[in-house]
Amino acid sequence: MTADVEDPNRRDVLVVAASAFAAVGTASLIWPFVDQMNPDAGAQALASTEIDISPVAEGQAITVMWRGKPVFIRHRTAEEIEAAKKTPVSDLADPIDRNDNNPGQPATDENRTIAGHEQWLVMVGICTHLGCIPKGQALSDSKGDYGGWFCPCHGSHYDTAGRIRKGPAPRNLQIPPYTFLSDTKIRIG
Amino acid sequence: MAKWWDERLPLPRMMHDQFIDFPTPRNLNYLWTFGGILTFCLVAQIVTGIVLAMHYQPSAAEAFNSLDHIRRDVNYGWLIQAMHAVGASMFFIAVYIHIFRGLYYGSYRAPREILWILGVFIFLAMMATAFMGYALPWGQMSFWGVTVITNLFSSLDQVIPGLGTAIVQWLWGGYSVSGTTLNRFFSLHYLLPFVIFGLVILHIWALHVAGQNNPTGIEIKTKSDSLPMYPYAVAKDAVGLFAFVILFAWFVLFLPDYLGHPDNFTEANPLVTPPHIVPEWYFLPFYAILRAIPDKLGGVIAMFASIAILAFIPWLDRSPVRSAKYRPIYKWFFWLFLISCLALGYLGSKPAEGVYVFWARIFTLYYFAHFLIVMPIVSSIETPTKTPRSITEAVLGEDEAAGAGAGVPAGAAAAPEHR
Repeated sequence: MTADVEDPNRRDVLVVAASAFAAVGTASLIWPFVDQMNPDAGAQALASTEIDISPVAEGQAITVMWRGKPVFIRHRTAEEIEAAKKTPVSDLADPIDRNDNNPGQPATDENRTIAGHEQWLVMVGICTHLGCIPKGQALSDSKGDYGGWFCPCHGSHYDTAGRIRKGPAPRNLQIPPYTFLSDTKIRIG
Repeated sequence: MAKWWDERLPLPRMMHDQFIDFPTPRNLNYLWTFGGILTFCLVAQIVTGIVLAMHYQPSAAEAFNSLDHIRRDVNYGWLIQAMHAVGASMFFIAVYIHIFRGLYYGSYRAPREILWILGVFIFLAMMATAFMGYALPWGQMSFWGVTVITNLFSSLDQVIPGLGTAIVQWLWGGYSVSGTTLNRFFSLHYLLPFVIFGLVILHIWALHVAGQNNPTGIEIKTKSDSLPMYPYAVAKDAVGLFAFVILFAWFVLFLPDYLGHPDNFTEANPLVTPPHIVPEWYFLPFYAILRAIPDKLGGVIAMFASIAILAFIPWLDRSPVRSAKYRPIYKWFFWLFLISCLALGYLGSKPAEGVYVFWARIFTLYYFAHFLIVMPIVSSIETPTKTPRSITEAVLGEDEAAGAGAGVPAGAAAAPEHR
């Protein structure tokens, strides 16, 4: 036994193994303390909502809550769709469509809506600059220079397809994942 | 009794040496009373804050109403809540005077670099504490202030896609600012003042190692340059503190909400953004810098850099003298810098459009140029005016100082000042 204790290599192995064990054990405790701040399962479970859009007449818009965020649903007029379609992608500040249903495509009006339901524009109503709620949902609101939405906080203008045209916001308004359950009902999330 | 203690825990000894017998420069002016005033502010915020936490409900449903409950129902709640809210503003008034005093008299110069950097950390911790505290009343400005400022981190998406969003959701504990966010802000708002308290102890420790700077920027050389802290400096601190408390009390009693914002009397509503979001007045210069930069990430970097740069000025200033009193060129740049900060504060309160943006850019440019260009260059080329040979000479004039050299009895050093 005494010979074992005096064996320096064996002592080193014990010290390194014990230190490594303690270090990994301590480090693995950091994650629970970081992750407790992330959205929990309850918050994630609210991630889906169904909306009846039949009462929304052409030219009107409604705002619904999804994951604690406002979602804009606008029933666009033919002129608004026309204006959005006419704009070439090269004129846009952000040429990506920012559509969770169809990510990474060019920001054409087609790519920001669902085929067969082009009159419906569904977007997260949060300015991509610093998170204010843009104006433009109510009929009396200022809709900005491009007829879509206008964020009063720092002056970002969005067009009728919710694309950033002027101001400090870096991205087009985000389109959440959504599907049409029927012609008058959608599910977001 | 004190001897009994000193043999076991030398606390009475330390208090006597550091806060009674401690040698303070005999020429300190009233700007040097703000250290004591700030200590008072910190203690006042902690005491009133602990009391408010006994009555406050940190939940999205109850927070706004519990503020009303404190202000209307709780015995003297109106007074204690006003002291805490006004106290935050008073704390920042005092800390800005304290910082500009340090800048003018070169208090950041060697050997006080660590002392100064600890001060920058205290300032940062104060800003974090004030920001989270402003969230707690859960009014419209609380909610949207938190939304806008936490969204600053989403600019990191421009560096690594998804990183900024992940950080923001981690800070929120959800997909938007919610009661979960309010709860964690309350917890941290309670914690951080004690972190500040610890930093303040280190700050005072570093101060008592290097000794205080003074209006001449010359170190204490002889016994006649200094006076014991008690009663001289303590008495002066008391006069300054009383004047400050009069201003404090005037706001608490007559204008308790003057420094706040009317939108914060509307309960937080995640569906409506107030048309004009502004932070509390003490953050306005930094808000102006944020908005002056047309790029989202660039604005965030500039805003944080405007505070971080303060930590480097001990090495940017290379003048042979500390005090701007003896620096004929730099003195004017100091006042220009002060005006820039005040102008940025004004511009931060205005909408980010037109001529306001133009001037915000000019003053932001000068803010950084002051430290990065003016400070190193002016300190290298300028010839300082003649500094007095000692603090005693600065106070008494050359002739009398010659008579009051080293080794005079302590009584002589306590003679009335000749002006």
